[in-house]
Amino acid sequence: MPNSCVLVCGNVKDRILDERTLELVGAGKELADNLNVELAVVFLGDEIDGIAEEISAFGVDKVYKLAHPLLGTVSPELWVKALQDLCKEIDPKIVLMLHLSTWSDIGTRLAFRFDSVLTTDCVDLKIDAIDGLLLRTKPVYGGSALAVLKYEGFPQFVTVRPHVMKAAHREAVKGRIVDISVDIDPSAVKLKSVRTVKEEALALDKANVIVAGGRGMGGPEGFEELESLAESLRQSFDEVMIGCSRPAVDSGWMTSNHQIGLSGAMVQPDLYIAVGISGAIQHLVGMARSRKIVAVNSDANSSIFSVADYGVVDDFKKVIPALKTTWEELGREKA
Amino acid sequence: MKRLKIVVCVKEIPDPEAPLGSAKIDPENNRMDVSALRRVINPFDENALEAALRMKDEIGGEVTVLSVGYKQDPSVLRKTLAVGADRLILLEDPSFEDADTLSTAHVLCRAINKLDGYDLVLAGRQAGDWDSGQTGIVLGEMLGIPTVNLARNVRIENHHVFVEKIVPDGYEEVEAALPALVTVSNEVGGLRFPSMKMILLSRRHPIENWKAEEVEVHSEKMRKPAIVHFMPSPDMTRVCEFIEGASPDEKGQNLARILRREFG
Repeated sequence: MPNSCVLVCGNVKDRILDERTLELVGAGKELADNLNVELAVVFLGDEIDGIAEEISAFGVDKVYKLAHPLLGTVSPELWVKALQDLCKEIDPKIVLMLHLSTWSDIGTRLAFRFDSVLTTDCVDLKIDAIDGLLLRTKPVYGGSALAVLKYEGFPQFVTVRPHVMKAAHREAVKGRIVDISVDIDPSAVKLKSVRTVKEEALALDKANVIVAGGRGMGGPEGFEELESLAESLRQSFDEVMIGCSRPAVDSGWMTSNHQIGLSGAMVQPDLYIAVGISGAIQHLVGMARSRKIVAVNSDANSSIFSVADYGVVDDFKKVIPALKTTWEELGREKA
Repeated sequence: MKRLKIVVCVKEIPDPEAPLGSAKIDPENNRMDVSALRRVINPFDENALEAALRMKDEIGGEVTVLSVGYKQDPSVLRKTLAVGADRLILLEDPSFEDADTLSTAHVLCRAINKLDGYDLVLAGRQAGDWDSGQTGIVLGEMLGIPTVNLARNVRIENHHVFVEKIVPDGYEEVEAALPALVTVSNEVGGLRFPSMKMILLSRRHPIENWKAEEVEVHSEKMRKPAIVHFMPSPDMTRVCEFIEGASPDEKGQNLARILRREFG
């Protein structure tokens, strides 16, 4: 089928190209070469000329532009309709999206409309040499194991975990940019946007040091202790941030932009200090790749110690202030 | 306004907070062996139930809990009644065991349409076993009602639902006419604890059982995830050096020395 392709859904962040899109392009390139089909990228938005031009240099055959004033903000209903029409027209074999809340929402609805199966949060993608179907690898049971799944039916839909696939590089030949007319009807929108509230974005994945607390903190006061330690560490490290595990968010002690783990941020700082965190698997998968891990917990049997380099079994309320004071003293001696 | 009817979809799963290594690959049967794990209600579904109960507290109404599976444990799911749900309906059939997201949504859709009307359907954002995050959204599509993914807050006013929907850089408040479906995230807050009195009362509360025939689901159409095989995850474990000390203060001091040595 000459028109068939692997289609990458491009992500736009603050009106510029989200670099993680290049990871999808990198993964898509391998799949497209393997299937001997074209690699295409699609962007939706109101003004996407610059982004389309930019991505065309990264080894893609085609860039589809779905430009429409109503696509300026993400409305799942309208985006799904626009993508559904495009997929009907170009009949992609595989559709790749980033594993972000927006795209899993869109991808789920899109796959349902094609009576196809979406696999979310894939960390590896291969083509089955025998039947040409996509082999989708995703972590299950909080990361206890990886499941490899395979489904019939086209297009094959997946969302891909960010920061796992290798990003595509610039190539000499540019892809062709194709304008697609968008047929969407605003009256189809049943969800009315009332207001948008921006929250402090915490780039936890950029931190050098993360001091994180969990259920064992016992309340919001515990986090003040961690913030005080973080303040001392800031004299030695560039980016020291406060993180937490899910129970701390559920209990209302911390806001979710601090949450680390499967349903929060995936991080790998130079130093991760886990305080009062028991170590549920879904938290561990978010931080176990940190360079050095320190765990402070009063329960010696906590799972967190199995992924830690250094462990302290005691009450954090005493350990953390002592750690802070001595860290500062040693710093002064050195100076 | 007529009595508000809220449906909450829950799933019974192996405890996702369990320690590392509790869920094991069973290669012979090409499945995960989770027999060592206690069964719990998916924590995100507990968040959804909490959101429903808060609306019931505020404006009144009826909360119906639906759960799809096979040989589900009433002692686990009865908790929903103990915290204040009015009805618990278990959708039970051998073919419902390990059903995939589309099939599960199909069963839920049939069951919801069999209820005596509904205004709002809530589900957790994802289940902590497969973390697929699709059942709620697909259910909304099947029911053909407005569907909002990832709520950090849900409230009802004038027969409209107002949802604070989590977006990458904050949240967006969206409004939809009822009936609607909302998937709920943990920011909503944890499920309340039942009182001893409610625990005792819930033991006498009837649990309804609906079979596949009763919701007109054809067992042969139920699908499971198409698993090729399971692989071990990359090993995360390290050798932990425990910091010694006569007191917590001394341990903290010793830890500071080690970290200074490592990081300068």
